[in-house]
Amino acid sequence: MLSPGRARPAPDASENAVFRGRALPWVFLLPSLLILAVFIYLPALQTLRLAAYRANVILGTEQFVGLANFAELLSSPAYRQVALQTLVFTVLTVTFGLLLSLGLAWLASRPVRGASTYRLLLIYPYALSPAIAGTLWLFLFNPEIGVVNALLGELFGVRPRWLDTPVLAFGLVTLAAIWKGLAYNIVFYLASIQNLPGDVMEAAEIDGATPAQVFWRVAFPLLSPITFFLVFTNIIAALFDSFALTDILTRGGPYTGNAGATTFLVYQLYQDGFVNFRTGAAAAQAALMLALVAFVTWMQFRLGERRVHYGS
Amino acid sequence: MAVKHPAAPSARADRAAPRSRRARGVWVTHAALIVAILIISAPLIFAVIKSTQTSSVVLSPSLLPGGAFLQNLSGVWEDAHLGRYMRNSLVVAVCVTAGKTLLALLAALAFVYFRFPLKGAAFTLVLLSLMLPTEVLIIALFDLVSRDLKWANTYAAIIVPFLASATGTFLFRQHFLSIPTSLADAARIDGCGPLRYLTHILIPMSTNTIGALAVIQFVYAWDQYIWPLVIMQQDDKQVVQVGLRKLIEVGGQTDWGAVMAGAVITALPPLIVFTALQKQFSRGFALTEDK
Repeated sequence: MLSPGRARPAPDASENAVFRGRALPWVFLLPSLLILAVFIYLPALQTLRLAAYRANVILGTEQFVGLANFAELLSSPAYRQVALQTLVFTVLTVTFGLLLSLGLAWLASRPVRGASTYRLLLIYPYALSPAIAGTLWLFLFNPEIGVVNALLGELFGVRPRWLDTPVLAFGLVTLAAIWKGLAYNIVFYLASIQNLPGDVMEAAEIDGATPAQVFWRVAFPLLSPITFFLVFTNIIAALFDSFALTDILTRGGPYTGNAGATTFLVYQLYQDGFVNFRTGAAAAQAALMLALVAFVTWMQFRLGERRVHYGS
Repeated sequence: MAVKHPAAPSARADRAAPRSRRARGVWVTHAALIVAILIISAPLIFAVIKSTQTSSVVLSPSLLPGGAFLQNLSGVWEDAHLGRYMRNSLVVAVCVTAGKTLLALLAALAFVYFRFPLKGAAFTLVLLSLMLPTEVLIIALFDLVSRDLKWANTYAAIIVPFLASATGTFLFRQHFLSIPTSLADAARIDGCGPLRYLTHILIPMSTNTIGALAVIQFVYAWDQYIWPLVIMQQDDKQVVQVGLRKLIEVGGQTDWGAVMAGAVITALPPLIVFTALQKQFSRGFALTEDK
């Protein structure tokens, strides 16, 4: 998770060299840099290398195959289906997750009695893990004993097979992911709304703007940096945090077309790497995902600098 | 997030509006917030209620609380090893949180108060690591940790790789930059070294940032799932998130009352940390927001 502050990659000129010492700063940096080098950068390079091999991490076998892994992936209907599902899932969770969070944060920012309690109750679910979320939803939407179907059966006489019907399972995982992400987004939106310049909005009201106009014409543009930041953190969350949720809730299923309806890129990566032990194929998928994350981050910096209103 | 009361525009609009319209607006806000909170917390409320019901009631749609919580809990605590999973998760989350905070403080100290060659490159190296999530590296990381380091089934495997924190380094750097340098100059003239400056001046001035980060890092470490799932083959070192999966997996007959009791207990430690550090969390973020 990044900070919503101005993300400038290079240290700026305002830093002063207060303390002297050539080796000292490196001593302070060494633990962090060492861990990053060994557990992040080395595995990243190794992933790129493994992607060019037909390998099995359990047997310890390796055979150089060049770009064959990538060619196989990109021509595989199952992988294309998984990629498409991931895209749809990501777009849905990010769009609806952010709209809902913004609405709720805006509502909770109104100065009504007990507002701080409301805010607290809205952000508490942040402490829930994706695995717990999956467990709760699994029980709630259990076709036979879940309370949702008990209610639906009572009211409308329907008892959908949530986890066996591809569309329903997909919708369920998407809803659960949106629900899980709400609190995190609300935290950042609340903080940003509290930092909005009151005088600008007051001026708009004096000029006769309605509350809706103030929101869409004044507040919403001013909230664009945080929205922008959240779009990208939410994309990353949809790509990766969905793993525990789908693993517990649906196990990537139910099977439809060429793959499980709720099998997303990271779940497929895990399946190939640790269930089917196709290490090379999994590494190639990891390499593609690395490229995807790099692209998303690049977009974030590029678009973020240009289009987003960063306040004063 | 109750630190600063927002000067929300609606407040001022309401003030100008007729009294009845304002009163109705307030009422609608209350109602909307209550409904939203009820919907959002429904799965949680449901879990808490179900965790108290006996195994005969738990499968019925009944939403009346029962008195079997402790019985449900003791079932999973001993028989399904929830107690052991919780202890493992606690050890890991505390170590990761403490380690990340310490390492990030030291790194930020170097970045803000020293001038040295390759500083920009080092900072970029820290920041770029944000682009490399564990999930993507998991294949190669598994190879490294289990084959080369032979750490499979040790706590080290789920602690050490996560000790460096780009987020922490970045936030501490931002915070240190907001502290006047004259303070550091004065400290240095008085013969205070960088480490003493860190422990005596910077850390006491950074409690909100430390608290905010501690919440994020504890929750992150507590929620770890995919990495422990693959690297911990031995059950006695497994973390509680993966343990939950095993509670459900027991076979055809899932004891849902016990599972819900397990889920409720598993949710507690992050909630406790969150509650304890709620003020710091809010302030820490308000401070690091760009204004």
